[in-house]
Amino acid sequence: MRQLLDGLRRLGQYPSALVGLAIIFALVGTAVFTVVTIPYGQALELWRGGDPWRMHPVNARPVWVDRIAGNNSPRTMVVSSRDALIEEEPFVGGSRMRIPLEFDFGYAGFPSELNLFLTSTHVEREPFVRLTWETPDGREFILGGRRLAREERVSISQDWELERRLGRVPHVGLFAEPADDRPPQVLEGRYRLTLDVISFEEDARVDADLVVYGRVHGLAGTDHQRRDLMVALLWGIPVALAFGLLAAVGTTVTTLVIAAAGVWYGGWIDAVIQRLTEVNIILPMLPILVMVGTLYSTSIWVMLGVVIALGIFSAGIKMYRAMLLPIRESPYIEAAKAYGAGNARIILRYMIPRILPVLIPTFVILIPSFVFLEASLALLGLGDPVLPTWGKVMNDAQTQSALYHGFYYWVLSPAALLMLTGLGFAMLGFALDRVFNPRLRTM
Amino acid sequence: MSASIREVRTSATGPVLSVRDLHTWFELRQWGFLRVGSVRAVDGVNFDLKAGEAVAFVGESGCGKSSLARTLLGLHQPTRGEVIFEGRSLGTLDAAERKAYLARVGYVQQDPYGALPPFMDVRRILHEPLIVHGVRNRAERDQRAREALEEVRLSPPEDFLSKFPHMLSGGQQQRVVIARALILRPAMIIADEPVSMLDASVRVEILQLLRSIQIDHGLTLAFITHDLSTVRHFAERIFVMYAGRIVEQAEVNELLNHPQHPYTQALLTAISDPDPDNARQQREVPSGEPPSLLKPPAGCRFHPRCNRMIAGTCDQEYPPDLEPRPGHGTACWLYR
Repeated sequence: MRQLLDGLRRLGQYPSALVGLAIIFALVGTAVFTVVTIPYGQALELWRGGDPWRMHPVNARPVWVDRIAGNNSPRTMVVSSRDALIEEEPFVGGSRMRIPLEFDFGYAGFPSELNLFLTSTHVEREPFVRLTWETPDGREFILGGRRLAREERVSISQDWELERRLGRVPHVGLFAEPADDRPPQVLEGRYRLTLDVISFEEDARVDADLVVYGRVHGLAGTDHQRRDLMVALLWGIPVALAFGLLAAVGTTVTTLVIAAAGVWYGGWIDAVIQRLTEVNIILPMLPILVMVGTLYSTSIWVMLGVVIALGIFSAGIKMYRAMLLPIRESPYIEAAKAYGAGNARIILRYMIPRILPVLIPTFVILIPSFVFLEASLALLGLGDPVLPTWGKVMNDAQTQSALYHGFYYWVLSPAALLMLTGLGFAMLGFALDRVFNPRLRTM
Repeated sequence: MSASIREVRTSATGPVLSVRDLHTWFELRQWGFLRVGSVRAVDGVNFDLKAGEAVAFVGESGCGKSSLARTLLGLHQPTRGEVIFEGRSLGTLDAAERKAYLARVGYVQQDPYGALPPFMDVRRILHEPLIVHGVRNRAERDQRAREALEEVRLSPPEDFLSKFPHMLSGGQQQRVVIARALILRPAMIIADEPVSMLDASVRVEILQLLRSIQIDHGLTLAFITHDLSTVRHFAERIFVMYAGRIVEQAEVNELLNHPQHPYTQALLTAISDPDPDNARQQREVPSGEPPSLLKPPAGCRFHPRCNRMIAGTCDQEYPPDLEPRPGHGTACWLYR
């Protein structure tokens, strides 16, 4: 215990330990913040994708990537009828409404998509809407009319008829300068989409949200399912730390106790432990995990269990055994036996504490290796099906050919976080190694 | 005065420890299963210890005296024979009784630093035996730890309770080891070369401490050493061991003044004696080495080195226990 505290106090002399600790504390802090702000259930819900993300662009770059590149790509704009000046003319049995949705567009790039979300509060008779697009230079495009269901999504970008008329995809054609030169130029200024609504019920109300999807989003960008990658990057921290820590604790503690028991009892118990270890060492871990994932379950907890189970009889047993064998013969153990200490007490209180200080660095360095293992499994498609993790993000990036399409951020941000985690624990671990293994220290 | 109290105790009780025909053999195996022989570390030992007496076991390295100590402590299983403590044979005790026996016997080891767990402070070291023996009350454990430290003259105890072994000098470490041996209030203490790893300057202090504690508490002290010179001051009886057997036993002065066995005589010649005349005379020391315990010589174990060997007898049959002088036993054919 004293040796432990002393060692921790000496840690302050190593800048690498302080940097490592700072990284670890930052990660732990962010993890706590994440779990508090985005509760587990909400994270799972968000990561399932779909409706919560309909206002988000597909495969948008992070904003800072765009800024570094010196571009001014469009961000997503939502123009709501709630902020618009609505002209309303009631008539018997209904009303006529004119909803102008106006916005200033000043980005140096075309939006990635254009959608109009309409909701209507009618009971029986569906209102009718006619859409007119007006550009800053006064040109008008009739985007057609339609009857409205209670919830309607008008995908202007996928209006083939409009595309044929414009000669370009609508979200480009509607924002381009009139000149027919290629490539098209963005026309900056005030755009207006006017909705002429005829409602056939007196208190039916129509609301509209025009979404001009940008090409950049937030700090992390979005993926092919419009999900904000920030959710996965943030939630990846607690998942990775928990997995790494639990696996490291689980394997180290069991391995240590088993190694100590083998050394203490000797004889056939030791022989069985040694043979099991030798067999287990040559069993390849990753293929076994792939088999479990394919045939049984890819739940992260099942994987954790298998990782720990395979880690019990690992090479660590050989190392601990070599360290414990001389301790078994030491006089203080003999003294303990002579005053009647039992086997469990000798193993847990007299043998293991003796090598604990030496194990702490190994343990700290072991944590990121399990974090990487979890990421590798997810990358191989064996990630937890519901949890957002870094490995899952990279797996998605791979299946969506992110690098081919130039979405570097999709691969690099989870990879950077993985490396940061590894770096933090490694820097701390190496410093601890120097503190607790004096032979590494130059005196 | 304390001597007379001891006399009373000695006469009031019978032997506290009796050892009968004790054998401790270590099997040697080849390839893990083939038995190729046994190391006969203890090979037929008999003796009685009276309550409150201090005895010394003397012999060369490898004569089996440490194995004997460990067998008495239950650290080795005897191959044959019996150890009878306070009237009960160790072999017949169940687990709880065995544990109670271990509380009655304290153990002081040779290497004081190795004998103390380096990661525990003195308080914890002294608490451990009490915890093992079910003293749950922390205040009581603290109280007894203090008493034990006072007993070994480490005072004030507060200065030592929170120290770790490496912060103490060799002599202090050995005092802590003795305190640990005393803390369960044993009836007997086995000290296995308690001073051989200590500085010459503290040896006498530690031996005097052991002796005074032994006298104050009326303990039985079995004191294992290879150093005959110090024994006379700290023991009442001496057992001389050679190659796993006791070859001679007597009261200290009787044995030192009238050694009977040729081996004892040789041992006594080997004691260094600060006399300038020694520079000019060659002492007679038996040639050769102690025999292999794996294949001890037939007959008397000492006969290959003995200068008074009787051919045809000493190399044929092991000598019986004889008593050439009253209260003085030896196993040697010379006294038949």
